[in-house]
Amino acid sequence: MSRPFLSVRGVSRSFAPARGAAPTLALQAIDLDVAENDFVTILGPSGCGKSTLLRIVAGLDRQTAGAIELEGRAIAGPGADRGMVFQSYTLFPWLTVRDNVCFGLRERGLPRARQLEAADAFLDKVGLRGFEQHFPNELSGGMQQRTAIARALANGPRMLLMDEPFGALDHQTRELMQELLLGIWEGEKKTVLFVTHDIDEAVFMGSRVVVMSARPGRIKLDRPVPFAHPRHYSIKTAAPFTALKAELMEQVRAEVRAAQAAAAGLVR
Amino acid sequence: MKPLTPVAPATRIALGVAFFIVFVAAWAAATFGGFVSKTFLADPLTMLASGWTLLTKQGFGWDIGMTVWRVFGGFAIAAVLALPLGVAMGTYKPVEAFFEPFVSFARYLPASAFIPLLILWAGIGEAQKLALIFIGSFFQLVLMIAVTVGSTRRDLVEAAYTLGSSNASLVRRVLIPGAAPEIAETLRMVLGWAWTYVIVAELIGASSGIGHMITDSQALLATDQIVFGIIVIGVIGLISDVAFKALNRALFPWALRGR
Repeated sequence: MSRPFLSVRGVSRSFAPARGAAPTLALQAIDLDVAENDFVTILGPSGCGKSTLLRIVAGLDRQTAGAIELEGRAIAGPGADRGMVFQSYTLFPWLTVRDNVCFGLRERGLPRARQLEAADAFLDKVGLRGFEQHFPNELSGGMQQRTAIARALANGPRMLLMDEPFGALDHQTRELMQELLLGIWEGEKKTVLFVTHDIDEAVFMGSRVVVMSARPGRIKLDRPVPFAHPRHYSIKTAAPFTALKAELMEQVRAEVRAAQAAAAGLVR
Repeated sequence: MKPLTPVAPATRIALGVAFFIVFVAAWAAATFGGFVSKTFLADPLTMLASGWTLLTKQGFGWDIGMTVWRVFGGFAIAAVLALPLGVAMGTYKPVEAFFEPFVSFARYLPASAFIPLLILWAGIGEAQKLALIFIGSFFQLVLMIAVTVGSTRRDLVEAAYTLGSSNASLVRRVLIPGAAPEIAETLRMVLGWAWTYVIVAELIGASSGIGHMITDSQALLATDQIVFGIIVIGVIGLISDVAFKALNRALFPWALRGR
């Protein structure tokens, strides 16, 4: 078998304990391979370490054991080859929408004309033509996240890491954003690792859904999502979709219960 | 009244002006009504008349100019040195650990207590006045700038790294521009404090300036001139504050909304 695009091998992460307590194990021996151009969603109860895993891939956090390689190279820190979209709104408030999208390109020393060309092309893709000169605080949450997606994509990363990017948006906006992102992915074919706690979202977006267990986070289930692309939002109500959703819901619920039981045990 | 409910802009201005009127009216009532002896407090009209004489006949304009130059001169030196140090402390924790305890200590030293020393070191010329303003504002500025830079949103820092920023460009393109509006607000506030130091500097060992005029007037029991001097300081302070605010608003339009 050829080398996977992203390989996560035996990755664990424990956090230094408060005085006297045992260290908290957030991730335990995670193995995960992601093929190029795959869209993998990571689903799990809150606190299961799914964001920690994503941050380790991004280079923003370090694993305490194990190895991560992207195209055969170990990840040593954050870099432009892994674009990230955060749950919080992370546009630079002092830059216009256009200059936010240009940020990474300018960092690479691209000539201004090429920066603007790329920025405008990606702003067009996320439907923000006409908002180039706006400042982030003039935009709605959905528009800010669309800009953040354009900013990450314009930088031409090898893969896109998304940490509950639509988690702070209202339900309707979130559904529109899912379609938008999926449409872009179907056109661009990027490798995406997408963390969410929304089962609907995980199934609709992913070609593969990975379910994580309650803390310490392990991979509990790895299911391919068989629906063909391009996907239309109407599949969310089709029988195969709801069947897969029901199955995943059982798995996630079991983990949420386990997490609650563990928390209750700590209190007792 | 409903708590925290904003008032219309026109009402706000009217209310603000109204208190000035109430204040002057109370002052006029106390002095013209004979409740306060003329020796202790001049009435508003005498104050205005002698203020006019000061400006037209006694060259008070020169004193005002000297005071303004001392404030802005001393403050500018403090700001130029405090900016790089404050940014370095906010950015690099070892630099902060090195300087912070001393700066925290130094900022509680009362600037006016340095006057005897400064006169000894720098004489009674301009250097002593500038040095006093510097001592009064530099340490405050350094600490506040360091805190502002150090409290940059971590998610913005992380976003910059994932977009390929190096450590150096993170400082230049995220930490400094992100902190700039709050640093400008800090400068505006500390400039206000600098005004209080300059008068102290001019009360002792000065031959010009608003503070010098005030000490001279004290010897003559000219309370009208003293009050006029105080009001001039207040007016200049208010003007520079409003100008600074307008400048900040023009420089950082993105920081305004939602504040």
